[in-house]
Amino acid sequence: MSLWRKRPPVSAPLGSTPLGSASSESSLRESAALGEPVAVPGTSGHRPSLGALLDLVPHPLLALDRDGTLRHANETAQAQIGDALPALLRNPALGQALRTLLPGGTGQVDVQMDVPVRRTLRVSIRCEGAAGGAHGGSRRGLLLLSVQDRSELEAVERMRSDFIANASHELRTPLASLIGFIETLQGPAADDAPARIRFLSIMAGQATRMRRLIDNLLSLSRIQMHEHERPSSLVSVAAVARRVADAHEPLLAASGHSLSIDIAAGLPPVAADADQLSQVLTNFLDNAVKYAGRPDRPATIVLSVEPARAGIDPQADGVVLAVTDDGPGIAPQHVPRLTERFYRIEDGPGGKVGSGLGLAIVKHIVGRHGGRLTITSTEGQGARFAVWLPRAPVPATAAIGATRQR
Amino acid sequence: MPDAPRHIVSSYEQELNQLRALMARMGGLVENQTALAIQAIIDHNAESAQAAMEQDPEVDALEREVESRAIKLLALRAPMAQDLREIVSALKVTSDLERIGDYAANVAKRSLRLGPTGNDISLGGLRSMGRLVQEGLRLAIDALGQNDAEKALDVWRSDKAVDEIYTAMFRELVTYMMEDPRNIGACTHLLFIAKNLERIGDHATNIAERVHYSVTGAMLPASRPRGSASPETPTP
Repeated sequence: MSLWRKRPPVSAPLGSTPLGSASSESSLRESAALGEPVAVPGTSGHRPSLGALLDLVPHPLLALDRDGTLRHANETAQAQIGDALPALLRNPALGQALRTLLPGGTGQVDVQMDVPVRRTLRVSIRCEGAAGGAHGGSRRGLLLLSVQDRSELEAVERMRSDFIANASHELRTPLASLIGFIETLQGPAADDAPARIRFLSIMAGQATRMRRLIDNLLSLSRIQMHEHERPSSLVSVAAVARRVADAHEPLLAASGHSLSIDIAAGLPPVAADADQLSQVLTNFLDNAVKYAGRPDRPATIVLSVEPARAGIDPQADGVVLAVTDDGPGIAPQHVPRLTERFYRIEDGPGGKVGSGLGLAIVKHIVGRHGGRLTITSTEGQGARFAVWLPRAPVPATAAIGATRQR
Repeated sequence: MPDAPRHIVSSYEQELNQLRALMARMGGLVENQTALAIQAIIDHNAESAQAAMEQDPEVDALEREVESRAIKLLALRAPMAQDLREIVSALKVTSDLERIGDYAANVAKRSLRLGPTGNDISLGGLRSMGRLVQEGLRLAIDALGQNDAEKALDVWRSDKAVDEIYTAMFRELVTYMMEDPRNIGACTHLLFIAKNLERIGDHATNIAERVHYSVTGAMLPASRPRGSASPETPTP
């Protein structure tokens, strides 16, 4: 890109600086490089600024001063990595590269972020200096950063190794029991018809467990792969909740628990992935059905959807989806760890065993939606699993949909 | 990002911006150091541990530089109102950041001594705690860079979860030690690591309190939301 070099050497018009807060004296001077119109061949009147040109590029681009102050993030950058920008720009490895780069030089830095969702950004840097120009100073010029989001690639890589580690570890137990039964059926119990029937039903149970585990692992991996992409389509949370509740009717009827649905009117719009949202509620309800019952009495489960109010976060505008039960509750030392993969409470009521992945899946879905998961419980009085989802930024969603066909 | 009104004396503005840039740099370093330290324990990665420890002198140097610049600003420019609060807060925040760096370096150092015995003991709790602490720290430093009182409040509220998980880990590790005295060495290191992470969380909360004060001029209540039997998030 040689656009900057075409600039007239001295009399750069300071004029408009549409590039945010140019604050220091030197940066005011330097921002001329960005605010300054660029000569477009064949046009005489309209001269777009460099910032406007960057906005046209459908790839995340950043323009920085030589001292590392952000001058402009193009529209794609704001849409895709806007929330990670401050953390990206203060990354030590990137800062080191930016400080040491000479005019005309290029560099590449991989920046990894662990929270709130795991992301890997590959930043290619190019230093556009006023090499040997009239102003001479080595601090003059621009840094152009092109950011490639490698999160998905990395996630695929990690998914493979995680899958092997988890699957081999978690599948070994049911597999060992399957093999044991098969050996028994081949040997001592070969002619024992009643034992065969009993063994086969246990084996079917173990096989189902293995299949469920694999399904859950796969779905967790899929979710993690796209965790860095916020969903942008608007979804009727109420409709999703009703659908999930309907689908659970047979299961509830079989378990004897009762479910009541409480959906408030006037919910703010929420951008979400409908399938993933229903998976969140499904997992909540499955857990409630599994763990909320006590030997002596069935539980009352409430599925509620309401606008966000005090409780999760008084300031946050959005929707809270919650599943509340009046079961035995969860001991406080377990609560913060429930979303870990394969974390199971040892003495679960009735010795019921889940895959240990349900809430991990929920956590990653909520992370992708920029929401928050809160688990509250008082032992002996029940538990409440709630997800807060932020209100959709309506105009922004519409604008993204209009300008980017994907 | 709130567009701050400009100052008439632009060199003053420039000095303030330099101070902010230094704070951001220090924040980034400390954040990275914490991430490396956590990686060092969870993945048994000696290189990460080494890298985390090597960053400590740079953090210390930055702390001294922030301090001297802040004092110079106070002495020469006699700032008022939000500027004054921001600069005084910077003085405090920088020592919080420096402490976080120290704790991270200590975690990294212990991860090296943990040795292979640590492998038998589940690191799940530490992983969750590490995540929570990293989230809080990132949010606090974001709030610091953007002068965002709302984000600061979020950090302040979420410290409770770290406390809870620390308590749970403490119990778990004590159980391991009672089960088998050979675990005592590793578990003691893990206990200190957990304690250090918990302290990092506390300092992140301190930073959040400072940011909230610097932006709004109002102090948050002295009693923080503590991990306790009542799990509902308190409203400030």
